[in-house]
Amino acid sequence: MDKSSAPTPVDQPSDDEGELTRLHPNYAHALRVQAALTAIPFLIGSLVLESAFRDQAVFPSGIIAGPVLLIALALIIRIPARRYHARGYQISADRLRVVRGLLWRSDTVVPFSRVQHIDVHQGPLERFFGIATLTLHTAGNHNASVALPGLEEALAREMREDIRAHIRRESL
Amino acid sequence: MIQPQRTAPISVVLGAIGSIRSAIIPAIAVAFSGIGGAGRMLVAIGVVVAAAIIGTLFSYIAWRRLTYTIGEQDIRVESGVLSRSARSVPYERIQDVSLEAKLLPRLLGLVAVKFETGAGGGEDLALTYLTAAEGERLRHLVRERRDDGQQAATSADPAASTSGNADEGADEGEVLFAMGPRRLLRFGLFEFSLAVFAVLGGLLQYADMVTDIDIWNGDLWRGWLEEQGTIIASLGPYAQAAGATAGLFGLALIGLATGTLRTFARDWGFTLTRSARGFRRQRGLFTRTDVVMPAHRVQALVIGTGFMRYRFGWHGLSFVSLAQDAGNESHVVAPFAQMDEIAPIVAAAGFHLPDERINWHRASRRHRDDTALISALPFVVAAILGAVLAPLGVALIPLGLAVMMAGAQLYAWEFRRHAIDPEQIFSTTGLMSPTSRISTRQKLHSVEIAQGPLARWRGYATVHLGLAGGSFSIPGIPLKTARILRASILDTIAATDYSQIDAPLDQAFNTDQSGLAANLAAT
Repeated sequence: MDKSSAPTPVDQPSDDEGELTRLHPNYAHALRVQAALTAIPFLIGSLVLESAFRDQAVFPSGIIAGPVLLIALALIIRIPARRYHARGYQISADRLRVVRGLLWRSDTVVPFSRVQHIDVHQGPLERFFGIATLTLHTAGNHNASVALPGLEEALAREMREDIRAHIRRESL
Repeated sequence: MIQPQRTAPISVVLGAIGSIRSAIIPAIAVAFSGIGGAGRMLVAIGVVVAAAIIGTLFSYIAWRRLTYTIGEQDIRVESGVLSRSARSVPYERIQDVSLEAKLLPRLLGLVAVKFETGAGGGEDLALTYLTAAEGERLRHLVRERRDDGQQAATSADPAASTSGNADEGADEGEVLFAMGPRRLLRFGLFEFSLAVFAVLGGLLQYADMVTDIDIWNGDLWRGWLEEQGTIIASLGPYAQAAGATAGLFGLALIGLATGTLRTFARDWGFTLTRSARGFRRQRGLFTRTDVVMPAHRVQALVIGTGFMRYRFGWHGLSFVSLAQDAGNESHVVAPFAQMDEIAPIVAAAGFHLPDERINWHRASRRHRDDTALISALPFVVAAILGAVLAPLGVALIPLGLAVMMAGAQLYAWEFRRHAIDPEQIFSTTGLMSPTSRISTRQKLHSVEIAQGPLARWRGYATVHLGLAGGSFSIPGIPLKTARILRASILDTIAATDYSQIDAPLDQAFNTDQSGLAANLAAT
């Protein structure tokens, strides 16, 4: 296993199933870039509004763009780091546990014996950062697909092979 | 058997009738509207005739171009006039085969055969209008092929031969549940429905479109109301009260009549039989449906009831499976039955009802308090606003509602409980009409513990179980209990592979045993 994916303790109590493995640090960067890309249209919009109202001198300048900028900065700098820390996974001999969510925590366990098929997916951003999303599909209506983003690409493929080997062994 | 076959030729007639039916209302609209002057009656007739000719032509071409093939491994349907499509469904993937005969096809002795595969989006295989005999034959064939396939797949397992013998039984099994006219009448009375008014509203709107009467014109109604109002006002208070009572009584009567009629139409001749191959349900007065479900495909059970019928001990039982039933996620197998009638059906499906010794767990008390507070909160806010802004006394209304909502939530807690035993999970929710869900631990696919901000602060969680074809979640249980629950469910799930859980029950049992043995050998 890669050094970056070595198990590190997470601030969440996870006594029943042991410690979580952290995602690749690049995942935080990817989240950050994504947040920045989302924020750009809003920033532009606020600047347009700002310049439109400048001549009328109704508001002091910066009353629209200022808060938007602050929120955007928070979303770009603070939130991705926290989201990164809130996420983690734990893989054992016969199951995968995925923990995510900042406010709404969710802690899902998928036994390999119930996996229907497995995806490894990379978006353009993920490819740039060399990470991938591993998605396990189950037959259940709830959690029909459980996605685990932010794995190093080689690790994601390795995990997929492991899980596939497990399924093949079981179904024989 | 291998060569492609066509559906019954009379389907062409049905297709033509269908297109006439969709043309008849525009034709009436043409006949009664102002278009075309004196010749409009002729135009209307022309529309119908054109629809008949075009409809016949199209359905004839479609009939010519649709063929189905009963292959060794799968059933294949090729269709399409300009763009051809070929769909193939392997026998092992067919969840159930249902025969549906709407009124008109039924008069002509035809059925629609539907193969449910459990694929999402309702994109299943349907052959519209085979003769009833052909439909029945096809169903037999699919079932035989499917069982052959399964036996071939498991023939390596020596234990499989026992399950093969059990399947040789006759198709006509014992009747598990049936509803006669008297039961239907009683059921119908509980199915109180005012849907007829919605239909009337729809018709009025339609009348608005095709006629000159503008029903949304307020003046028209106001004039009518004033006219009626003066009549009512002249009657005096007693007559007014009597009129209101009569009106309510009439409303109740209409509601009951609608409910009864609908129930009779839907559930006439309801019969549930259990054969060696699975469950078979037949029902319907005008549209007769005939569904067969393999017993081992039943994923979970839902026992529901209603506010009034619960007081009289009536419940409804549904099977949750991957296949859908007329848009519902589960198959109704006993819509209106006492618990002692439901118990044998539950047993036949390989499940069991919770017994007295089972250890029920309630939802967390904190969860109870929180839901009570949250449900009361909007009314409390309204009460405060009312106290500040409105005249004295108005605030009491939302305050009373707040107390009521909180009380209802506190009371609902009494019914919110779950239990787990070595094979199954039970969960009950509902305030005035408890709904129970029963699922086998083995047939679950994932377990999630979800917590919102409040739940994290207060230390409880919702457990979502991944159930094929349905949902199963247990809200508001203490985090520790949730973790224990998850650990024990996961141990059961991980022990059996998915490819083995869909096998017939006795077989699954065998593999379970062998899996256990393998585990023991490994340790």
